[in-house]
Amino acid sequence: MYISLVKLKRKLVKFTNIFRALLTSQYSLMHEYRAEIALWAISGLLPLIMLGIWTQSSFANFNGSNYNFFVKYFISAFIVRQFTAVWVIISFEEDNLEGRLSPFLLQPISPFWRYFSSHIAEQLTRIPFVFFILIIIFLGIQDSFWIPPFHTILLSPIAIFLAFVIRFLLHWIFAMCCFFNDKASSLERLLLIPYLFLSGLVAPLETYPEILRTAAYFTPFPYLISFPSLLLSGSIVNPLNYFMHQLIWIFILSIFSFCAWRLGVRHYSAMGA
Amino acid sequence: MSNITVSSLSKIYKVPYRKPGISASIKHFFDRKYKLITAVDDISFKIDEGEIVGFIGANGAGKTTTLKMLCGLVYPTKGIVSVSGFIPKERNAAFLSQITLVMGQKQQLIWDLPPIETLKVNAAVYGISEKEAKKRIDELASMLELNDELFQPVRKLSLGQRMKSELLASLIHRPSVLFLDEPTLGLDVNAQLRVREFLSMYNKRFNATILLTSHYMQDISSLCKRVVVIHKGRIFYDGALTKLTNKLSPYRNVRIEFDKPQTLDDLKEYCEITQIDYAIATIVVPSSKLSFVVSYLLNNYTIKDLQVIETPLENIISELIRNGTN
Repeated sequence: MYISLVKLKRKLVKFTNIFRALLTSQYSLMHEYRAEIALWAISGLLPLIMLGIWTQSSFANFNGSNYNFFVKYFISAFIVRQFTAVWVIISFEEDNLEGRLSPFLLQPISPFWRYFSSHIAEQLTRIPFVFFILIIIFLGIQDSFWIPPFHTILLSPIAIFLAFVIRFLLHWIFAMCCFFNDKASSLERLLLIPYLFLSGLVAPLETYPEILRTAAYFTPFPYLISFPSLLLSGSIVNPLNYFMHQLIWIFILSIFSFCAWRLGVRHYSAMGA
Repeated sequence: MSNITVSSLSKIYKVPYRKPGISASIKHFFDRKYKLITAVDDISFKIDEGEIVGFIGANGAGKTTTLKMLCGLVYPTKGIVSVSGFIPKERNAAFLSQITLVMGQKQQLIWDLPPIETLKVNAAVYGISEKEAKKRIDELASMLELNDELFQPVRKLSLGQRMKSELLASLIHRPSVLFLDEPTLGLDVNAQLRVREFLSMYNKRFNATILLTSHYMQDISSLCKRVVVIHKGRIFYDGALTKLTNKLSPYRNVRIEFDKPQTLDDLKEYCEITQIDYAIATIVVPSSKLSFVVSYLLNNYTIKDLQVIETPLENIISELIRNGTN
């Protein structure tokens, strides 16, 4: 028992060192692309466009909601979206087609962690740009500034991170199709439709018909935008149930990811490398 | 003791196949046709620990596919492979820590960052402490004559500097088995020489087993005592390089420059005189009689210059494949 714990500790220390090294190198790399990241941050303005549409519509008072709710929700959705951006299918496909995946596969660590650390590094680089855009939003939109309760400030980053993990795993599973099909990135568009409509990105799920809302909560999508945004905007009092669902989805998707990886890597033909 | 054992190894790829034209394209969309291509066909060989073996053949002969199967990148269709006691396709972490694959046309270095960043990541991945990593980087960098280049973005390095950095990144974990796929591709003569010297040094210092593919026969002749020749997925020859050259090139060309014109009538029973141009003669001598003829010439004539011209290895391999195909 003691030996197992020592081994586990050693493995954890090794993994921490690897992840730190990956994150450091990827963070340095992202700094090389800071202008591109600033543009990506600006391009994530969809929730703010939706805010404009919703606050001007007659639905602004739907279900007892009011202007303040929409403003807080969509600004929160903007923040959540900024830190849950995932492009692993595209990177994985490029690496697969151009043979860059081969050296990664020959190292005693799953390439999963390279892509994961690359996304985290991009998010860290994005922080100052997001703050800058938020200042402009707070100055430009009437009654848009609010300070969330202390527990929300603590819990929201966790909810956003878990949302990112769910989205990353979902995309990773689809990325594994690259092992079977050269153009798996087209599948990303397939994911985009449910993501747009069931995640709460274009409209809060509270505005949906009851049956559609209930159905949506059986999918992972509401936990990607809706839940973290509602939490950050102060509309969820007891988030425990939502966190549990996030963890359950991470567990389920992790199993699928692992199986998809094992199955896919057998088909790898190392083309171009 | 064999470090690499390959037994009846085959790889068949399923490749989409269609005729040109719009109608063929539409037909292909609904009814996809595939062609089975045998890249490697039932090959077997063994390589001992510390041995350097040249793996040669034309483009598409199956060299790279074999290397990919040996390092566990590609699953074999059939056959058994064992490398350092591991089955590569299982991709065991202990196995991956003992091998490396260096591809001349591909790189693992992060393009926009200095090589040192990749080296640090690789050191962490292989569980090498910072102190030990620094020691190894210094040691390998000195063997490869790399200094400030490690701190400049990869995109700013020359091809030779990039290849040397690539070798450093691939060897930081001191693998005992090296799979090298055209490591000198595109390098100038000096850089090729440096890489060859480094590989020879690495082999001697760490008793590493090396399987090398290259289209530059100079790489093969200066590093490998043994070669495996592959053609259309099958092994044509597996044995000593000298035996191969003696077998397929049993004659040597000798160019002699005398102090005055000569007829060389006394040599006609030992060799064939192909050309005499004033005081310069070219003769073809059987390899077995070469030392006798050269001694005879030196003892009986006044010679200004004498050159023994080896048949290029490229010609020998080409001859081997042609003979085998026929």
